[in-house]
Amino acid sequence: MNVSLTVNGTAVTLDAPADMPLLWILRDMLDLKGTKYGCGVAQCGACTVHLKGEPVRSCQLPASALQGAEVTTIEGLSTDGSHPVQRAWESVDVPQCGYCQAGQIMSAAALLAKNPSPSDADITAAMNGNLCRCATYLRIREAIHTAAAATAASPAPTTSRPRQAGAPRS
Amino acid sequence: MTINARVDRRQFLRVTALAGGGLLLATVLDPTGADAAQAADAGGGAPADFTPNAFIRLAPDGSVTIVAKNPEVGQGVKTMLPMLIAEELDVDWQNVHVEQAGLDTVKFANQTAGGSTATPNNWLPMRRVGAAGRAMLVAAAAQRWNAPVAECATASAVVTHRPTGRTLRYADLLDAAAAMPAPNLDDVPLKDPKSFRIVGTRVPGVDNHAIVTGTPLYGIDVTLPGMLYAMYEKCAVFGGEVKSANLDEIRREPGVRHAFLVTDGGTALDGLLDGVAIVADSWWLARSARAKLKVEWDEGPGATLSSASIAADAAALAKLPPQRTLRNDGDVGAALAGAAKVLRAEYFYPFIAHAPLEPQNCTARWTDGKLELWAPTQLPANARSLVARTLGMREEDITLHLTRGGGGFGRRLMNDYVVEAARIAKEIAVPVKLLWAREDDMRHDFYRAAGFHDFTGALDANGKLVAWRNHFVSFGDADKFRDASQERPAFGAGAGINGGEFPARFVPNLVLGASVLPQYVPTGYLRAPGSNGIAFATQSFLDELAHAAGKDPLQFRLDLLDAAPAGETPNGMLVASRMRGVLELVREKSGWGTRKLPRGTGMGVAFHFSHRGYFAEVVQATVSRAGALTVDKVWVAGDIGSQVVNPSNAENQVQGSVLDGIAEALAQEITIANGRAVQGNFGEFPLLRMAGAVPVDVHFLVTEYPPTGLGEPALPPVVPALCDAIFAATGTRVRSLPLSKHDLRWS
Repeated sequence: MNVSLTVNGTAVTLDAPADMPLLWILRDMLDLKGTKYGCGVAQCGACTVHLKGEPVRSCQLPASALQGAEVTTIEGLSTDGSHPVQRAWESVDVPQCGYCQAGQIMSAAALLAKNPSPSDADITAAMNGNLCRCATYLRIREAIHTAAAATAASPAPTTSRPRQAGAPRS
Repeated sequence: MTINARVDRRQFLRVTALAGGGLLLATVLDPTGADAAQAADAGGGAPADFTPNAFIRLAPDGSVTIVAKNPEVGQGVKTMLPMLIAEELDVDWQNVHVEQAGLDTVKFANQTAGGSTATPNNWLPMRRVGAAGRAMLVAAAAQRWNAPVAECATASAVVTHRPTGRTLRYADLLDAAAAMPAPNLDDVPLKDPKSFRIVGTRVPGVDNHAIVTGTPLYGIDVTLPGMLYAMYEKCAVFGGEVKSANLDEIRREPGVRHAFLVTDGGTALDGLLDGVAIVADSWWLARSARAKLKVEWDEGPGATLSSASIAADAAALAKLPPQRTLRNDGDVGAALAGAAKVLRAEYFYPFIAHAPLEPQNCTARWTDGKLELWAPTQLPANARSLVARTLGMREEDITLHLTRGGGGFGRRLMNDYVVEAARIAKEIAVPVKLLWAREDDMRHDFYRAAGFHDFTGALDANGKLVAWRNHFVSFGDADKFRDASQERPAFGAGAGINGGEFPARFVPNLVLGASVLPQYVPTGYLRAPGSNGIAFATQSFLDELAHAAGKDPLQFRLDLLDAAPAGETPNGMLVASRMRGVLELVREKSGWGTRKLPRGTGMGVAFHFSHRGYFAEVVQATVSRAGALTVDKVWVAGDIGSQVVNPSNAENQVQGSVLDGIAEALAQEITIANGRAVQGNFGEFPLLRMAGAVPVDVHFLVTEYPPTGLGEPALPPVVPALCDAIFAATGTRVRSLPLSKHDLRWS
């Protein structure tokens, strides 16, 4: 089916099987590899993207539900890794293998957009759906607090020109 | 220009002035030496002229490129090894660019991610590579100034002539340095660790920026022009053979380009097994077609196996005399007869899966009889030799690129997914990415071997441990196992135990016997293999003995370590003083025995020596009257020698290992039914989540021993420490895992 959506601010029209999840549209049709496959059943959160700012599991969103969708992926969170959450992840040295971290960052960014100063309980509630097999959770928690403090100390960036999706491949 | 300067019997240093004006430096190991033999054993193939194990590239623009030779799977080696080189080269870390090496056993010899070996094996060699580069740059500067080398100092890629204050940048010395004689690697001066400026500082992972921006890094991210996508269905009963499938129907499914049987699979569970390949325009279409696949299998003799049948067979075996005796000290029979107290207990731990978050995958391109592979593998040399052997190729016709691995934990020591991708690529001669579904990954793992321990322990009237007997039941080749002429008992992969396993040497009368069940379920190496189960059983039973002796469990362990035999500790065995050190440190840091805890809350302690690392850990846990378990906090004391190379990653690894161990203990189990692994995804095989990430307080004890690795040894003690804490809190002794199967209610 033909589906038109917006990915990282770019309008995209593509021909995808109706049941093909957004995850695979992003990875294998738009060549946006930052969004990861971990379980395919919304258990791990590695595929988390924003749909109109809400964190969602892209493995559960079929093409048939994407008409007009506004999607932001890790590649669209900032142009250069300057989002406060990305910066905090680097300064706290969160990753081990790093595979889950794009999903973690998308969940954390969505949390902070709504709740600029989350408590530990808020963080647990928002992040509990994102698995980290290396168990970097203590640093994820620390980095979210770091990002919250950094955002409170300086105003959020006003312009964002995210990396555009590649041309559809099929 | 290449200069090969012989520097000692085994080591050469090769210096090359690059065409672009750079300086390339590599250590080269003599092919006649032991290292070359090792490389050949590891699958290095025909002896080569030279075997470099690292290299550096300095460019005229001042940038420094350091090649990271080992596979990175989250253990931090891609940052750690280059830190060692950069430190001794005396360059600023922010100017270092790290490049991942591909598989090249001629250049790099050993390229392994496993066994927590990177630090001990590379601590001196990588530093010497950097120091040799520095020495040549200094020599070049000294020559230019016509000054003695001893008057020159370096810092931040600049040589300074101390008496005159003159300076030269490394970047201006590259050609001259390349012409300098290569120093002897064995006596090239190394820095005093007190003057380290990179090693010992918190250095963030070199791939962090790429990770947080979603830049392609992992095997799953590899894309080739014209690439197709493959899935591979194997028999759910391990090692079953394919007879037929509805291929015509599958080929009519949307996007399917190829569907074929692989009937030339062998019987080795870690090699190519029979299956059905489906290749399509996208992975989603391959997966959709696979949902309609109907296969007739010959399931083989494993099809009747279940977790219950395995447990029953193990129990029956445990009642018989051990098939082999791995250690027999003193006279256990007499000691038991004369003991004041005798305890007997059976312990069990289940199969568990590795479940790295990136499912197994490999991208392969077959062109004119040659193969190019991209894979996240922990043992790339084995991957290449397996592919060569299976497909009847020469190793030199196979190029293997190392991608970052989305977790390894030992799963990627097996290369089954690599040979599957290679086999498919050869069949279709089109670039192809094989990607397993999560369910494939969990149901075709090489599981942490389940283990059964039948313990007997005896105390004298003073509460001293005087006898210890363990009949260990595991998996392996039962016929070979009984053959006592085989020096190494034929345990299955990751299913063995060492005759010297603690408390050997610390108890005067000790027997370790072992028996094996036939190996139908594939087993392998899960983070701290062997240790992750053996520590649970051994330290838990030790805790039982401590309580039976009426002693403080931590003091009981210290007393046992005091029973160390006199004289030097045999190589590779536990050094009692080091374990004492970490036990005493964790006692202090955790406030062991100093706090009054409410009912339902308890502290437990355990230690374990593995991968040359010494770890003692204390867990505080709370169990509600209704039986709900909460882990409150973990304290860790570790001794990995004289230097923690990267404290940031070290702390991260230890915290991750401890939380990983807690997750294993809480609820992880792979059960077997009708010869198949039951659990297929994270809903049935729970990893730890944020809510379970308790504080983990990490302390290192610096000792005079050489630095050792950290990917594994912090994991094993937390499991028994947690179970000991549950006992302290509730009086319930946990003798089998996972904890989710236990009723922990108390009143």
